[in-house]
Amino acid sequence: MQTTAAEKIFVKGNEAVAMAAIEAGCRCYFGYPITPQSDIPEYLSRELPGRGGEFIQAESEIGAINMLLGASAAGTRAMTSSSGPGISLKQEGISYMAGSELPGVIVDIMRAGPGLGGIDASQADYWQATRGGGHGGYRIIVLAPASVQEMYDLTMLAFDLSDIYRMPAMVLADSVVGQMKESVTPNPRPQVALPAKEWVVRGRSEGEPQNVVKSLYLGDGEMEAFHWKMQARYQELADNECRWEEAQTSDAELIVTAFGSTARIAKTAVAMAREAGMKVGLMRPITLFPFPRKTFASLSERCKLFLDIELSTGQMIDDVRLSVARDADVAFYGRPPGAGSLPTPEELFEQIKKNYRVRPEQSRI
Amino acid sequence: MRYDVFFAGYGGQGVLLAGNLLSYAAIHEGKNVSFFPAYGVEKRGGAAMCTVVFADGDTGSPVVGNPSVSVLLNQLSFDKYSVKVKQGGVCIVNSSLVETDGVELPGVEVVLVPMNQIALDMGDVRMVNMVACGAYMEKSGALKSASLEAALKKALPERNHKLIPANVKAMEAGARAVRG
Repeated sequence: MQTTAAEKIFVKGNEAVAMAAIEAGCRCYFGYPITPQSDIPEYLSRELPGRGGEFIQAESEIGAINMLLGASAAGTRAMTSSSGPGISLKQEGISYMAGSELPGVIVDIMRAGPGLGGIDASQADYWQATRGGGHGGYRIIVLAPASVQEMYDLTMLAFDLSDIYRMPAMVLADSVVGQMKESVTPNPRPQVALPAKEWVVRGRSEGEPQNVVKSLYLGDGEMEAFHWKMQARYQELADNECRWEEAQTSDAELIVTAFGSTARIAKTAVAMAREAGMKVGLMRPITLFPFPRKTFASLSERCKLFLDIELSTGQMIDDVRLSVARDADVAFYGRPPGAGSLPTPEELFEQIKKNYRVRPEQSRI
Repeated sequence: MRYDVFFAGYGGQGVLLAGNLLSYAAIHEGKNVSFFPAYGVEKRGGAAMCTVVFADGDTGSPVVGNPSVSVLLNQLSFDKYSVKVKQGGVCIVNSSLVETDGVELPGVEVVLVPMNQIALDMGDVRMVNMVACGAYMEKSGALKSASLEAALKKALPERNHKLIPANVKAMEAGARAVRG
């Protein structure tokens, strides 16, 4: 998209999330401070009240997620944000929201763990985010921005997808994307056909039918029916909402795959490999749930070697392995998160060289 | 064209403001920019560094292992980061605070600028980051001085706009020091 310099703003990734939330119509924010995401509540505490919204610093992360549940049940677009330890505390509430089919946006600016861990960038909460970190066997929508522009755009998308599919949506990033500043075009809220808010709580005095927000299903077959309905919805998500970025994959002998900040670093490593005459491509999932399985499957029909790179000891690699053809190899390079472990493009280029091999002609279809 | 520059010093030297300033100047020239900061938890005295990448197209990785240009404002950052400068690259050093004797950087052009001294001569040592920006601008040729001047309005809070003329002079002095 061509834009002039004047239209662009220069902001932190975390600020872009907060700005996008307001633009998307979010009118309630509940949170509790934690590094490296505190710029989000800082911005919203300043800007949201003047824009007809409510900002509440909750007594805890558990308080904040349950306020999100309540605001959503009342039909308000609402958001919370946190990092590692705080996101763990929110899991009970996220499970209740999933069980109640309530929308709502949760932003997770990952930090190193377990426990208090550290404030440096991490991708080690991929499993927690994509497997439904709370109890009961559910999934939530998970979007993984790799730039400040995507922090802005995907936050707006998270609100819309959350409403359309009636489930919580998470923006999953880390302190690289959260803390860095980039030139960004503050796009207007996309015009999307949204469903009527059938989830909103309604008392009998407001007329029939009454609508109770609950996640308790005791009737014979009721719980099972809920799960089958959700499974169908997850399938619908997989069919319609997978998003990814592919670069130079058409002739690739090796496809690097990574998400978020790591993909950003890997993309430059791929460019270095191309300059060195190696046929290397990049596949970056943008939706982590739904995971773009079909794209991996079709890429692996032709390319038989993948290199999965993560700022963890390997989590997304599970989904990559489940997606590619059986005769495709998936190599791995990752570093546990923490101070000093963020890889450089030069380092990833070395890993590409180490794993790269050209398949002999006769083994091709 | 893609430019990358790494700034490092201790907290209080204005390393992050310098990075912001270059970023705004690059935006002023219509470039895409990424500014990636890293700093200690201390308000002053801890390590402070940032990487700025600007390009007409995709900026790519915000993290750079071997920068094309490094601007190193204190001994600690020189000792740690001068060896990372890319072959054929430039290492601009604040020679007021950094002892470079005995350090060999083959394939790297080392540019010594007595930044603290120049800033002091201009009237305030706190302008050391402006001297550094001027030195970078002159050596890299990546940004126009008019863009940096325009950027000062964006990077500085309104209450400090009265200091812009002094800062512009400090940048010019930094550039002059590199021209020799």
